Amino acid sequence: MEQTRELVFGVLRSSLQNPIELSDDTNITEGLGLDSVAVMDFVMEIEDAFDISIPLDRIAEVKTIGDLVATVHDLKGKS
Amino acid sequence: MALLDKYAPLLVQYESLEATGYNPFNVAFDDVVSPTEAVIGDRRILLLGTNNYLGLTYDPAVIAASVGAAQELGVGTTGSRLANGSYGGHRQLERALADFYGRKHGMVFSTGYQANLGILSALAGKDDHLILDADSHASIYDGSRLGHAQVTRFRHNDPDDLDNRLRRLAGTAGDKVIVVEGIYSMLGDTAPLREFVEVKRKWGAYLVVDEAHSLGVLGENGRGLVETAGVEADVDFVVGTFSKSLGGVGGFCVSDMDGFDILRVASRPYMFTASLPPSVIAGVMEALRQLRARPALRHQLLDNARRFHAGLADLGFTLCSEANPVVSAVMPDPKTAFTFWSRLLEGGLYTNVSLPPATPKGLALLRSSVSAAHTPAQIDQALSLFAETGRALGLIPAASGSTVVPDLCVAAQ
Repeated sequence: MEQTRELVFGVLRSSLQNPIELSDDTNITEGLGLDSVAVMDFVMEIEDAFDISIPLDRIAEVKTIGDLVATVHDLKGKS
Repeated sequence: MALLDKYAPLLVQYESLEATGYNPFNVAFDDVVSPTEAVIGDRRILLLGTNNYLGLTYDPAVIAASVGAAQELGVGTTGSRLANGSYGGHRQLERALADFYGRKHGMVFSTGYQANLGILSALAGKDDHLILDADSHASIYDGSRLGHAQVTRFRHNDPDDLDNRLRRLAGTAGDKVIVVEGIYSMLGDTAPLREFVEVKRKWGAYLVVDEAHSLGVLGENGRGLVETAGVEADVDFVVGTFSKSLGGVGGFCVSDMDGFDILRVASRPYMFTASLPPSVIAGVMEALRQLRARPALRHQLLDNARRFHAGLADLGFTLCSEANPVVSAVMPDPKTAFTFWSRLLEGGLYTNVSLPPATPKGLALLRSSVSAAHTPAQIDQALSLFAETGRALGLIPAASGSTVVPDLCVAAQ
């Protein structure tokens, strides 16, 4: 889980144009100022980093970075 | 908290556009006089943003067919085909579309948006997978949600990325349906269909191509990018619209798939919508006949597109595609795009502003669409306004002579 968190945060940092303080509670759209397409683009990067598929309906449930880490961890475990 | 308070941030943006007196999302023409001209107040406006690719909206035969049908059959069908019956015209148009594409089956929807909603939601259910090009139109995304399919995106126009994502899905249950477009509506670029077909075959997936902006535009017979690429046998479903090159409203899907007609009782956007009125069906039928009988329209369209595209490139604008009727110039930011757009309108030229999230890669675009009905003089008039405005805003060099660098679209993100 900790490894997953590190990698998700890393991908997120490299996708953001401006450095923002990130935590598990950071809201992905409001906290990062990402629009719906930017969020989906970021998810594509995560899919590649972990070599998994994250269906869009799973993204709908994701509000915070912590949620995303948990989703990735869950999907990675199944692959 | 009031119900609509959640739109407060959007409202702020919208009101700031209204305050400028030129809101690109709230333009009203006082009169439209031809496929290429309208009137706002006392000003004549040259239309370069209406997707009226073949200019058939004012074709006398199309108008006559439409008027005749309204007089004979009335102005509306007052219900859905499922519950209230089909008119002869609905079935004739479906047969005409199937014949045009050389397919066994055709199905007509009440809008192009609903064609994607209706087909995608019916093809891919909860346990199936839709694999979408990342730059897909909103109707493709919405159709994907309506059917509760598992949705995966792949990088725009990237066959290797599609292949990689299908590999990840290889062990999962359910059918895999790939969705791409012919000409993309925002950038005006085209899909590498032959490469996509190879990937599709490799993984045993199905392929849907939306030819909304390429019907009547590409292909020796106007059958779109699928015809140009020579892959008609490998494309399982072609979706399209009547509201662009055919000058009407409505959408369709054609296919050779056995059992296709079951979709008529499975596709909710087909089942629960009023069918198209006779006047629209008759007008589209005649427009399709003209599209087939008058290849000169398509040649004129492409001549105009090349003239405009080359003109903008020579001026030094950054463009995102080869010469197609959709020509998008990259603006440095949304504010400049709005300013550019409003100055063009003040000068008598109507184009479109396209902004994220409707555009890919966060690009702010000034989008134009060329018509076969434009005269070379009108294209040159538009170019001269682009030159004047681009120089005034410092976006292009004072003297012309630059070239298109397609990679700049990527660099601009």
